[in-house]
Amino acid sequence: MSTVLTPELTAHWDEADSFTLAGYRRAGGYQALPRALAMQPDAVIAAVKESGLRGRGGAGFPTGMKWGFIPQGDNKPHYLVINADESEPGTCKDIPTMLANPHALVEGAVIAAYAIRANKAFIYVRGEVLHVIRRLHHAVAEAYDAGYLGPDILGSGFDLDLVVHAGAGAYECGEETALLDSLEGKRGQPRLKPPFPAIEGLYACPTVVNNVESIASVPAIIKNGAAAFAALGTERSKGFGIFSLSGHVTTPGQYEAPLGVTLRELLSIAGGVRRGHMLKFWTPGGSSTPILTHEHLDTPLDFEGIGAAGSMLGTRALQIFDETTCVVRAVLRWMQFYKHESCGKCTPCREGTYWTVQVLDSLENGQGSAADLDKLLDICDNILGRSFCPFGDGAISPIVSSIKYFRDEYIEHVKRGACPFDPAAATTFSESWRSR
Amino acid sequence: MAYSEQDKAELAGQAGQIIARYPVSRSALLPLLHLVQSREGYVSNDGIAYCAEQLGLTEADVTAVVSFYTMYKRSPVGEYHVGVCTNTLCAIMGGDAIYAGLRDHLGVDADEPTADGKVSIERIECNAGCDYAPVVMVNWEFYDNMTPDSTRELVDGLRSGDCRAPSRGAERLVNWREAAMILAGFPDDQAATGNTAGGPTLAGLRIAKENGWQPDNGSNDGAQH
Repeated sequence: MSTVLTPELTAHWDEADSFTLAGYRRAGGYQALPRALAMQPDAVIAAVKESGLRGRGGAGFPTGMKWGFIPQGDNKPHYLVINADESEPGTCKDIPTMLANPHALVEGAVIAAYAIRANKAFIYVRGEVLHVIRRLHHAVAEAYDAGYLGPDILGSGFDLDLVVHAGAGAYECGEETALLDSLEGKRGQPRLKPPFPAIEGLYACPTVVNNVESIASVPAIIKNGAAAFAALGTERSKGFGIFSLSGHVTTPGQYEAPLGVTLRELLSIAGGVRRGHMLKFWTPGGSSTPILTHEHLDTPLDFEGIGAAGSMLGTRALQIFDETTCVVRAVLRWMQFYKHESCGKCTPCREGTYWTVQVLDSLENGQGSAADLDKLLDICDNILGRSFCPFGDGAISPIVSSIKYFRDEYIEHVKRGACPFDPAAATTFSESWRSR
Repeated sequence: MAYSEQDKAELAGQAGQIIARYPVSRSALLPLLHLVQSREGYVSNDGIAYCAEQLGLTEADVTAVVSFYTMYKRSPVGEYHVGVCTNTLCAIMGGDAIYAGLRDHLGVDADEPTADGKVSIERIECNAGCDYAPVVMVNWEFYDNMTPDSTRELVDGLRSGDCRAPSRGAERLVNWREAAMILAGFPDDQAATGNTAGGPTLAGLRIAKENGWQPDNGSNDGAQH
């Protein structure tokens, strides 16, 4: 088989001290930083643009372009804020990255801050991951001691202060402007855009907000060259990325591969769907990306390919569900999540998610009617494009896509007056899973 | 009863360090709330008043922030707060059965401590450990690939003082108040302990090594400069 996986970020995670400064240096860490500091900041931005790196937090905005939007010579402080609030259901790549290799994030942060001329940076990490927070503090302290953070980094004259800031439990804070409000000590609610954070971000100053994996990818781009990064992936989706397989798969886990790899390829090396079962539906990038089916096994997992299939690449959170899974139950639970996490700022999202839960709950329990499907789609129509931030658009994805592919299964609930599935069969402690 | 002068004196050093991290003092509110939660085990009205005073905010300003975030508790929880992921993937893989079993076993509802004050439970949203589903958190440390039986054994151990170490976390499981102190930005000395990466974290790397797959970097080294 030709090369499917390209471990770069993940290459040394199996070494016991990969999270330490010594372990990271042994793996070639902190070689990119002096190179970057010897370049003009604009040349660093140009290199990241040239690499084709697109944001790894879901939206896929070109990272170098985002950096280039920061006004220069404006006599205002600039800020770099790293979005480590990984909470999109199914997404589980940044947490292992920060556990095993927090220094890649720190090195990337110094390079990024240098490029945008920021002297203060924050890692906004979700609060519910205690050991990750320890590891981040540990790495930051080691980097200060080694002269990679603080005043006059490596004699360059560049100063950077990096603060680890723990959140307190709110999915909405993954949205970049809500994250900024939260970092300012407020409720985590989104802001109207424009102005975009590049113009008025943290404390109304120019700010770049980047995902953990985006920033952690930067040292490799500087060290190996933009061309090496751009040589991987597809025409408009360059480079490598971490694909997270979870659910009814034989070997769940993190798989680092060039963008454009297919689910069929990933499943084949991961031992396939759990033995004796078949793929029913999957998410390409978390619950906010419309579900796909076996029809899409050969769709390239890049921004364009998944977009053309009617979904979004998102965070490459490949949640695999086999035929024992009730799609109505799955969608109901996702909507309960969105209802719980809706920040309440705008009416379509706050009220809409609430009502979809009521309708889905009655459908799942066999109390619904066929007309409820139209009602659901009508509510979704009133959320899509009418919400204040992308939360609402993401929230309707499971409903619309599941009705598209599994309308008959909804109707079956109505006909039977009950859910036709046994939830025990889908668990990891079911007989069929144990016997694998 | 508001914090006494002695309480305030004890907190002054840490509160001052927190506020000094930020160019604008209000940014210190979330970590300050973690700090008062560490002191009392929950965010009391006194804790809110303290944070408001530190930052020149009203108590209403602070209360509005507290109520937005699920990790702040307004009444005491257990010394070991157990979160069961019941978001879709974990729920289907067994999280629903784990939570139902735990609630029956302990006879408590969400955020309500057991009579001995040892354990409380909560349904949590996705905690970014999906490749280890079903996931259970204790004081925000990962317990991976759980079942109803293993979770019951885990909480029984927590109540009897036999605290099993997390699957991916510190060697010694900290209690709820110690965890809040770490969240306030004062880590303990356990960063270098515990597991760095479990099996699923390393699955792709292992398979790549078995097949001799690696990215082609060498020849382009620094070529663009």
